[in-house]
Amino acid sequence: MLKKLLFTFAFSFFVFVGLKAQEHTEAGHGEITPVHELEAEEHFDMGAMIMHHILDEHGWEFAHGVKLPLPIILYTSDRGLEMFSSSKLDYGNTYNGYQNHHEHIVRVNEAGVSDENVHPIDFSITKNVASLLISAILLILIFTAVNRGYKRNKGKAPKGLQSLLEPVITTIKDEVVKPNIGPKYEAYLPYMLTLFFFILVNNLMGLTPGAANLTGNIAVTLTLALFTFIIVHVKAKKAYWMHIVAPPGVPGWLKPLFWIIESIGVLMKPASLTIRLFANITGGHIIILSFIGIIFLFKSWGVGAGVWGIGAFMSLIEILVAFIQAYIFTLLSSMYIGTAIEEHHDHH
Amino acid sequence: MELLTPGIGLIFWQILIFLTLFFVLKKFAWGGILKALSDRENEIDSALRMAEETRAEMAKLKSDNEKLLSEARLERDKIIKEAKESAVTLITSAQEKAVAEGNRIISDAREAIQNEKTAMVAMMKKDVATLSIEIAEKLLRKELLDKKAQQSLVSELISEAKLN
Repeated sequence: MLKKLLFTFAFSFFVFVGLKAQEHTEAGHGEITPVHELEAEEHFDMGAMIMHHILDEHGWEFAHGVKLPLPIILYTSDRGLEMFSSSKLDYGNTYNGYQNHHEHIVRVNEAGVSDENVHPIDFSITKNVASLLISAILLILIFTAVNRGYKRNKGKAPKGLQSLLEPVITTIKDEVVKPNIGPKYEAYLPYMLTLFFFILVNNLMGLTPGAANLTGNIAVTLTLALFTFIIVHVKAKKAYWMHIVAPPGVPGWLKPLFWIIESIGVLMKPASLTIRLFANITGGHIIILSFIGIIFLFKSWGVGAGVWGIGAFMSLIEILVAFIQAYIFTLLSSMYIGTAIEEHHDHH
Repeated sequence: MELLTPGIGLIFWQILIFLTLFFVLKKFAWGGILKALSDRENEIDSALRMAEETRAEMAKLKSDNEKLLSEARLERDKIIKEAKESAVTLITSAQEKAVAEGNRIISDAREAIQNEKTAMVAMMKKDVATLSIEIAEKLLRKELLDKKAQQSLVSELISEAKLN
């Protein structure tokens, strides 16, 4: 029931956006300037190519020239919420006074100069947001199917998707969450499992050619780290706060120094979570893209073959990294929560 | 630098979608999955515990059985031994009785024989006396049929009789 509903929603959403987009590309076909493509053929800017693949974009370009338009949603103090298809801003077009300057939507005046007084807040369904939605729907479909598997095979051996994911779920439960959070681990299991599979699925989706680099986006990793940060500080017990406010065994005159150190420590945890995931995934993408870029740079069969081998090997390494980083993020989140909710301990 | 500046829009959608995902999964997936997993864990645990208990019980039963068996064996040995003993005593006493009875019968018989003998001897004595008297009478009659014989006897008898 839920699956069908979500599926219908997602499907109609993309069909709707796609149809809208088609209309506009057809309407504005005459305005296309082939300069862009000519330039691309003349010289190959590897840095720009890599950044283009790593960063977010309005609309989803699967391959060069094949672009799925996505809705742009803007909030400006003077006009309120506005929504239109990203295809309207393709090829440097101006729509409704907006232009896409390197994936930043800016207001321009009649003369075509950007208006510095207006700062549109961009809530667009970008490539990353679309990917985020797809991953969420995918996760819901997968795990409701697994749940159905448990209902259907009650008292029997697991089957299919259920048996594929059960060892992963039990590993997260028994090896990551249980030993690090302690006896009250069950309350945190849904969050930890969601976190792990969300990161894993998005890491793997990010490795798919043409897909978004979601977990390599600092906004996403920052948000995930903040969730853990908030849980840690909402659930923290007295012992955790006392450790920061009055570190045991520290003379009074040294305490202010410790407050600074402890505060940095508190902030370093989410920062390290944010940067670790972001840097690992983005770094991996940069390496793979660099190897692919070398092929285009040298345009030689020999180099191409050699680099292809290295690139393929790196892709396999990145699949490993996708699992490792999802595991580490979950493990560290569990450890942070575990130390925060620990009752008073004497080993100081 | 663009790489390191988080976009407000993406943060907004990330919070919205991740929280939705979390609550949907919690309600429609994790609850059921985790319950099923812990149920199964408990089931396996209790099954293992039950197997252990059954094994202990079996061992206990077995040792009980062996104990019972050995007791029964002891009992049997005891009964056989007692039976043997009583049989032996029974036989001995029967033999003794038989011997005693035999002896008694023999002694009775002996006594009876003795009595018969005595009676017989007495009777024979009487008969012999009567017979000898008759014989003597007959002899005497025959001997003293003539006067001469009578006189010689008398004279013999007189000569024998010493008149002291």
